[in-house]
Amino acid sequence: MAKNPEHRDLFPGALEIMILQSLRLKPMHGYGLVKHIKQVSDNLLQVEEGSLYPALQRMLREGLLDSREGISAKGRPTRIYELTDAGVRHLEREVVSFERMFAGFSRVLAAAKA
Amino acid sequence: MSLFRRFSRNRRYDDISVSIQEHLDERVDELMEEGLPRDAAERAARRDFGNVPLLRERSREAWQWQRIESLLMDLKHVFRRLGRSPGFAVTVILTLAIGIGANTAVFSVLNSVLLRPLPYPEPDQLVSLRLSAPGAPGLSEFRDELRLSPSMYFTFATHNRVFQSLGVWNPGSASITGFAQPEQVDTAQISGGILETLNVPAFAGEWLTAADQDSHGLGRVMLSYGYWQRRYGADPNVVGRTIRVNSQPRVIAGVMPRGFKLLNYDFDLLVPLALDPVKEQLAGFGFHGIARLRPGVLIPQANADIATLLNVWMDSWTNGPGSDPHFYLNWRITPALQPLKETVVGSIQTVLWVVMGTIGLVMLIACTNVANLLLVRADARQQELAVRSALGAGQWRIARELLLESVTLGLLGGAVGVGVAYIGLRVLTAIGPGQLPRLSEISLDFWSIAFTLLLSVLSGLFFGIIPVLRYLPSRHRPTLLGAMRTSSVSRERQRGRSILVTAQVAMALVLLIGAALMIRSFLAMHNVDPGFSGPTSLQVMRLSIPATLVPDPTSTLRMQHTILDQLAAIPGVSSVGFAASVPMSGAEPGWDEILIEGKNYEGESPPMRLYNFVSPGYFHTAGTRFIAGRDFTWPEIDSVHPVGILSESLARELFGSPRAAIGKRFREFESSPWHEVVGVVQDVHENGVDQVSPATVYWPSLDADPSAPAKVSTWRNLYFAIRTNRAGTQSLINEMQHAVWSVNANLPVTAISTMQDIFGQSMARTSFTLVMLAIAGAMALALGILGIYGVISYAVSQRTREIGIRMALGAKRSELVWMFVRSALLLTGVGIVVGLGASAALMHLMRTLLFEISPLDPITFATVPIALVAAAAMASYLPARRTAAIDPVEALRAE
Repeated sequence: MAKNPEHRDLFPGALEIMILQSLRLKPMHGYGLVKHIKQVSDNLLQVEEGSLYPALQRMLREGLLDSREGISAKGRPTRIYELTDAGVRHLEREVVSFERMFAGFSRVLAAAKA
Repeated sequence: MSLFRRFSRNRRYDDISVSIQEHLDERVDELMEEGLPRDAAERAARRDFGNVPLLRERSREAWQWQRIESLLMDLKHVFRRLGRSPGFAVTVILTLAIGIGANTAVFSVLNSVLLRPLPYPEPDQLVSLRLSAPGAPGLSEFRDELRLSPSMYFTFATHNRVFQSLGVWNPGSASITGFAQPEQVDTAQISGGILETLNVPAFAGEWLTAADQDSHGLGRVMLSYGYWQRRYGADPNVVGRTIRVNSQPRVIAGVMPRGFKLLNYDFDLLVPLALDPVKEQLAGFGFHGIARLRPGVLIPQANADIATLLNVWMDSWTNGPGSDPHFYLNWRITPALQPLKETVVGSIQTVLWVVMGTIGLVMLIACTNVANLLLVRADARQQELAVRSALGAGQWRIARELLLESVTLGLLGGAVGVGVAYIGLRVLTAIGPGQLPRLSEISLDFWSIAFTLLLSVLSGLFFGIIPVLRYLPSRHRPTLLGAMRTSSVSRERQRGRSILVTAQVAMALVLLIGAALMIRSFLAMHNVDPGFSGPTSLQVMRLSIPATLVPDPTSTLRMQHTILDQLAAIPGVSSVGFAASVPMSGAEPGWDEILIEGKNYEGESPPMRLYNFVSPGYFHTAGTRFIAGRDFTWPEIDSVHPVGILSESLARELFGSPRAAIGKRFREFESSPWHEVVGVVQDVHENGVDQVSPATVYWPSLDADPSAPAKVSTWRNLYFAIRTNRAGTQSLINEMQHAVWSVNANLPVTAISTMQDIFGQSMARTSFTLVMLAIAGAMALALGILGIYGVISYAVSQRTREIGIRMALGAKRSELVWMFVRSALLLTGVGIVVGLGASAALMHLMRTLLFEISPLDPITFATVPIALVAAAAMASYLPARRTAAIDPVEALRAE
């Protein structure tokens, strides 16, 4: 469902990490999340709505997130998502494992260059 | 799903919608800020977002139990498809409902009778105190157990080390007076220990106590729940009141709870036996014994203990001065205790397992029929399935859908089947074969329902898996193209159905042979001369004159004679008589030996003989033929003239021939007077036509007391036999009652039935098995024929083109018909060979149910297959004949 061929597909789990990391800064609503990730990544990463909402629901179900009624920046009713303690723990574990993966990844790339 | 889950799920759905809506609105705002007009902005926002409903659905899925939801979806399709072919659905569901219903009903009976524990606390500890006495001649051929004597009870109760409690009991009857009409009720005479052994607390009041068993007092009695309801209208104040039992006032100690029975015996009144140890001897083997084992004690230990106690018994009791107490060593009495449940269930066990197996087989046949129908249906869907497979449906996905359909059919059939079973059980308990033990306990319980559920699912999977295996589109077998244009049905496709039909024929053959063997047994039993004639015109009633009402034996006989005269005076009555027991009534007046004149019995014990006590005219009334000699006369009876009548087999055994027996003399004890043989009558099958007829001695109903010849004794508990064409009518029964009451208004009359009813009861087990097997056999035959018919007519319809070509090439019509009939006969032939093998292996399971017929009866094994072949030929000829009506031109143009 990639709408923009310039953007590569993210690997599995990446979207979750980004959502969790973003929500760790402050609770946000759906559209806010999209904008935040786009901004922080300097337009390099764009979250697709097609993946965002199912992912949010999955994480709600798993207890990583909580949602409450709130008001958007434009004053419309929406749902605000925030991290739970379980979400924080999950994020920390995932970040460690990602970092290890990246380390391995870059070593392989470096070896290939040499 | 709980309301809460639903509610919370709906809240989640709302959240998703709100979130997405806000997302879109915010995006639109942003785009408008960038200068786009509203409608363009909305379009762009939606385009960027993608398919909104799809995304909403995807997001919702996180909250769904996805497998179930998609299963529900499939289920909806299944119902839609079934709804589109209601004929198919109804046929299958009804077939299954009958099959599953019959199985559930039989299983419920099996479960209630055989599997469920007895309705007493800790039933595993209960045993029946059975003894076997293979060395007791006469008795051992007639009965497989020796009952207990009171002296045995005293010995066992005092000295045993293995039982918590034990007791003896006997069924009896008593007259109850003091109400509007006298009534004869069924009593259970119990010793101490019986209630303690069964350990069911009284519903009201208390148990009989040791004080009630005192032989010098008049102990209290207990009521059954049913009698308390019927006679006292469930009056709660009944405990402590008096009831006149055999004209004696007895205090009511309590009421036993609903459903309490002594083993299978449904009594009205519990009466203490009040045995007196002072008066008891070694003999008197007339009581049933039950006991409760101590925890941890097993039957072999208990047997060992009783074996030692039998020696103690012989050492401590006597049969009177001069008798040898160790004489019973000859009888080789050994304990043969068995779990009480086995005693209660008795021989019905084999019947029930055979019926269960039979019905199970019918179910299998029904399943194969359904599988056949499903094969045809899957045939029609083959292209659809192929298309779906080509579009990417997984094999498992398609298999799941097919199986879901068949399991749904199975469950629907099971649901209707529970109704069928319920009705079947209601009918069964209403008409219930009297010999079926624990009949009142039969019900559809949790296990029956679980059984039904399991059977429904398993049968669904069974007949569902066949089309799945056959038609599951696989990559190796492209079926999308061409399948419809093959000129003739592939052999492979026909083969599945052929195997099913062969299996059906084999199973049907097994059932039919079983049914035929039962029919032959039944006929053989009907050919036996039971020792009486014309049972439909023979009316029987029981009447007893308690000693408390008329103490003197001679007056008792006079009263019995007067009643006989009154009965004889009823219009339409041709003859009357009475006896202590009529055949197959289960009453056994007594067992003892006789000594014949001129024979030295030094050191040997003569065999036990069955005793009966009869009036003049009884044999004539019952239709029992005299082989030699004559009947008793009233003057002989009135004057206590010592005469006797022997059964034919006994006369032959003792004197060589019936004629030689006339004039010879015999007696019971050394001290009793010699009795002259005046007549010999044909053998009577006392315990049913399938049982040996015992050697019987008929004594006059009033006779010198054998143990005290100076006194006379009479038999008080009598069966009156009345020969009349009016037998069985209510008007006759009323007149009989009035005849009795005209003599004494305190005499109750019971057990009024025709000899035919008693006769039928004794055949109940055989006829029950016969009916069940016949029903199963008929169902199997019908289903099998239907199967053959279906396969051949389907083959004919599929091969229309081929037939056309053959006809165009010059094949004769009769040859074409024969071609189909031949293929059906081939299937039948294979089925019969398999079925004969299976029958030969299975029929020995029925051995105990058969009478004078071998389980491998050659006539049955020859005729049933012939009949089956004839039926198969017929079933295939009908559809095959349709080929004759085919027009070759039309046939070639078909499709």
